[in-house]
Amino acid sequence: MKRVSPPAKSAYLPQRLAGLGLLGGLLLLAVLASIVIGAKQIPLDQALSGVFSPDGSENALIVQELRLPRTLLGVTVGAALGLAGALMQALTRNPLAEPGLLGVNGGAAMAVVTVIGLFRVDDVLVYVWAAFLGAAGAALLVYLIGSRGRSGATPARLVLAGAGINAVFSSLTAGMMLLSPRSFNSFRFWQVGSLSGRDLGVFVQIGPFLLAGTVLALCLARPLNALALGEDTGRALGARPGRTRALGALAVVVLCGAATAAVGPIAFVGLAVPFVVRALVGPDQRWVLPYSLLLAPVLMLAADVAGRVVAAPGELETGIVTAFLGAPLLALMVRRGRVPQL
Amino acid sequence: MSTSRVLRVGTVSLRWQPRVAAACVLLTAVALGAAVSVVGSGDFPVSATEVLGALTGQGDRATEFIVLTLRLPRALTGLLAGAALGLSGAIFQSITRNPLGSPDIIGFTTGSATGALLQILVVGGGTVAIAVSSVGGAVLTALAVYLVAYRGGVHGYRLVLVGVAAAAMLEAFNAYLVTRAELREAYEAAFWLTGSLNGRGWDHAWPLAVAVAVLVPAALAFGGRLRMGELGDDAAQALGVPVQRTRAALVVVGVALVAVATAAVGPVPFVALAAPQLARGLTGRPGTQLVPAALMGAALLVVSDLVTLHLPVALPVGVVTGVLGGVYLVWLLSTEGRRGRA
Repeated sequence: MKRVSPPAKSAYLPQRLAGLGLLGGLLLLAVLASIVIGAKQIPLDQALSGVFSPDGSENALIVQELRLPRTLLGVTVGAALGLAGALMQALTRNPLAEPGLLGVNGGAAMAVVTVIGLFRVDDVLVYVWAAFLGAAGAALLVYLIGSRGRSGATPARLVLAGAGINAVFSSLTAGMMLLSPRSFNSFRFWQVGSLSGRDLGVFVQIGPFLLAGTVLALCLARPLNALALGEDTGRALGARPGRTRALGALAVVVLCGAATAAVGPIAFVGLAVPFVVRALVGPDQRWVLPYSLLLAPVLMLAADVAGRVVAAPGELETGIVTAFLGAPLLALMVRRGRVPQL
Repeated sequence: MSTSRVLRVGTVSLRWQPRVAAACVLLTAVALGAAVSVVGSGDFPVSATEVLGALTGQGDRATEFIVLTLRLPRALTGLLAGAALGLSGAIFQSITRNPLGSPDIIGFTTGSATGALLQILVVGGGTVAIAVSSVGGAVLTALAVYLVAYRGGVHGYRLVLVGVAAAAMLEAFNAYLVTRAELREAYEAAFWLTGSLNGRGWDHAWPLAVAVAVLVPAALAFGGRLRMGELGDDAAQALGVPVQRTRAALVVVGVALVAVATAAVGPVPFVALAAPQLARGLTGRPGTQLVPAALMGAALLVVSDLVTLHLPVALPVGVVTGVLGGVYLVWLLSTEGRRGRA
């Protein structure tokens, strides 16, 4: 298993490293844009001094209080969604799988509606924890149902179990929401998914989960490659499909659950980014995962900045713009005939 | 696994499977029984014998008015829309060879919702106008998806991915419309978006009946080719199936079925995705089965409607279909797992 494809690896290595560097550069640009551009444009030098040596001026305050937390959240949440999507598509071997399919979005939405409806809370931090617990609970349910029986958690069963549980939760959510216009009013804004209005507190609470999930995901690249060969071949080569899938699912839940908890359901990033990445670098997870990790936050920040520019002085929610940026990209890739099978 | 039997009358022979036939009879009985109970339920309960009497013209005038004018169209709309959704789900899952390839996920349902939302929130038209624009939305979306996915023929995989991209964009646009609208209007739209059978009269049932009467035979006529298409494009071509023409015709039929069903009842979730899978579980046979899927869709929608009528709170039927269908799917998965199949 050590040398899956030695010739291809050495031939493409410099190219792919360069691509990785390019993506890193793009990400840096996106971060700068996200700090500089907004309802009030901040000159680059003042923005930088606002980040590294705040002098208490108005611009520094804007950078410290608003732009920096928002950008940090955008980068980490975007990265988490991209990774979770790549993992999910590899685990289910279905290019339509998005991280929300494990029941994460349905569970999170249900928990948030319950909190809004029953306890009448209107606090982002409470939403965050409710959503995280809901997401984890739903995903656990999906995994247990999908892995019953002798065959274990096969991709097809996971997909169907996820679709079933998601339908149950989102229907219950719709029911609770429709019973009370008040809950509906809070919920319709949460469910779009947005980076705005989240302070550093959200980032601090969610950050450790995102970090742990990222490390776990990156460690899974090799076992996932073995899994892609199919159950029997993989097993014959010494892979342990059951364990890989369980760990992968855990990583997806931690990453996507925390991301959804922080900013609401922004599912499309997790679907489109790994897909585009596979079209660029092929199916090797050792490249797919890091590329997704870098490309997703670029899309996320670009969408967030575009949302601030297009609707200035107001803004469009990040969740809306990501779909409008990501979907044409996906369609174009498909039309170009670059449809890598899993 | 059940065996096939052959029925021969002179030179005509018909292959049939006892278990499939039994499943069809069972589903028909459940759907019709639930429909009779739907007609009997309400502020003025009517017993099943009285319902049947009124249907055959032997009831008193008050009962006849309640049954024939007020409640029968609702039950009929439910039956027909459910069958149309189940059938179209089976068609799209077969074309795309993916259990997630239902019209809910690949954008056609979302497109019809967009049409209706624009009518409700922006133009402000009545029931008929809403139905017309929802059909328009579905057809335009399907056309756009087909054209973007077309490249010297349409491959199922490309169709799904472009559809998913379209769904994401339209979903985002819908969310935008809902968050920018007045609370009261948005609430009304959310009701429509959940899918409801409340207040459906003959002006809903008739157009639906005509459309279904045309489309169902068309779908069944292509049924055999559909199975061969599942063997893969090349194999089907070798067996003499004109793959591209068949696929185009089936896409047209499938989209038309979704469009008319959505126009009548709104985008009821999960019926199109779950019905073919549930039918497969019930008949115990692999591959697409159009008739059981259609019957399962009808049964699912009408039984869900019966449940909404007996709930203590007024909820649209779409809330129940997701819960019922989801729980049933999950139950099927776990019992299959115990037997070690799938």
